[in-house]
Amino acid sequence: MSAIHQATEREWHRFTPAERMARYVIYFAIVAAVVVSAQSIEIIPEFLTDAPEQFADMFQRMWPVAWSFYPQGVQAALIETLNIAALSTVFGLAMGIPIGFMAARNAVPVPALNYFARFILVATRSVSTLLWALFFVAVFGPGALAGTCAIAFHSIGFIGKLFSEAVEDAQKGSIEALTAAGATPSSLILYGYWPQVKPTFWAIALFRWDINVRESAVLGLVGAGGIGMALDSAINLFQWDRVAMILITIFVVVVIAEVVVTQIRKRII
Amino acid sequence: MSAFALSAFGERRPFRASWQVRLAWLALFVYLVYAASTLELSWPRFVQGLGNGAHFIGRMLPPNFERWELLLQGLAESLEMAVIASFLGVVLSLPLSVLAARNLMPAIVTWPVRFLIMLCRSFHPVIVAIIFVKAVGFGALAGIGALTIASVGFLGKLFTEAIEEISLKQIEAVRATGASFMNTIVFGVVPQVMFRFIGFSAYETDANLRNSTMVGIVGAGGIGGTLFAAFQRFDYDFVFAILIAIIVLIMIGEVLQIQVKRVFKQ
Repeated sequence: MSAIHQATEREWHRFTPAERMARYVIYFAIVAAVVVSAQSIEIIPEFLTDAPEQFADMFQRMWPVAWSFYPQGVQAALIETLNIAALSTVFGLAMGIPIGFMAARNAVPVPALNYFARFILVATRSVSTLLWALFFVAVFGPGALAGTCAIAFHSIGFIGKLFSEAVEDAQKGSIEALTAAGATPSSLILYGYWPQVKPTFWAIALFRWDINVRESAVLGLVGAGGIGMALDSAINLFQWDRVAMILITIFVVVVIAEVVVTQIRKRII
Repeated sequence: MSAFALSAFGERRPFRASWQVRLAWLALFVYLVYAASTLELSWPRFVQGLGNGAHFIGRMLPPNFERWELLLQGLAESLEMAVIASFLGVVLSLPLSVLAARNLMPAIVTWPVRFLIMLCRSFHPVIVAIIFVKAVGFGALAGIGALTIASVGFLGKLFTEAIEEISLKQIEAVRATGASFMNTIVFGVVPQVMFRFIGFSAYETDANLRNSTMVGIVGAGGIGGTLFAAFQRFDYDFVFAILIAIIVLIMIGEVLQIQVKRVFKQ
């Protein structure tokens, strides 16, 4: 009788004390990080109060937009940007898929190789596109080739990480069946893993192409080709009406790329 | 044997590609060949590039950590920018995503907000950073502005999608008790999306950390400025030291992000 009474008196909690503690620690860390950052960052207050006026001035200079600049200065650069995006996606896939496969623990049961592949994935992703572009401009000289290599190398990490996760999520059934039938490693990949990761592969390819269209628009800032070069020179010459034209072009292209990707995804995945 | 099998069963292949699909593949292939031809990649250029690359990497080694104070200062500024921008991004995205969710708001409200979010997302943070640098001058403020815009674009979209995928039953139940709009949000929507929001926010903080090391190249504060300056002075050994520091910082960020997600995974 008293046991039942005690049971009803018991206090029920959703989380264990340790879980609650961990949450509080994280909340505290977030608040502390924001407060410390806000206090120690160097911001010149005059710049902040001046900002709305400066923005208004800048947008005023952008108007009217230099539409006539498109045929002579933007179109060729735009096509170069799209070429860079497409090629770098293909090269990125060609390099990222094998490394991603190597990083998957179930497909390649060698921990040393897994860690090596994982390190490559993190390292290539941590070095941003612009830094890769600086490197490849030094290697190949300015131009679209440097830009293509830069985005392709930066894409390795993204593609490889998502692909290795897809491989690790693959069902064991068909793979064990193939192994039991004495399949060679190549047919194991081709008939065991590939059919299972194929949708993810196409999703990654499309998603990365969409990102690469955006990325390839900035490469020109360090001389690696594309529409960024036109943007950079227009900004340096304070031709704000041309800057507006280029920004509108980038916006339209990015929106079209997103629509294309959504449509293709609907059809094939 | 295999040739025989193919000719015998070729007609009965269940997933035969239609001619439209083949044409699309052919068009894609032709386009890629054309695009590759515009790169002007030739064998001598490739060999020369390999030489340049080897020279470049030779000058990067060994990494030079002598100016570690400058390095730490830049890293700290990048980190601070990323934290503030993520915070502002989350704070701004929360109301925007509620306004942009089609299951909570009428179309007249969702369309402008969705357009705003798309506008934020369509420009690369570096391009936004250039504009901010022109408007508010060099320094961390421009970087924070650019990263905040990027965060709103990204988080706004993901938050909105998360809200649109919730179950409406709970909302109806909360509404049936006579709850106000804010109460519906707090007790009907937030519990369903909380975990995903935390995951997205952690991911975005990670992404901001990466981008904060980059916007400095156009003068928007952080380690990127230090790196670009070292690059232009051909101090490649210092560049390599900075790169190592960035990679370590981002690896730590990724580990922390995974830990935070694990804690909140109920």
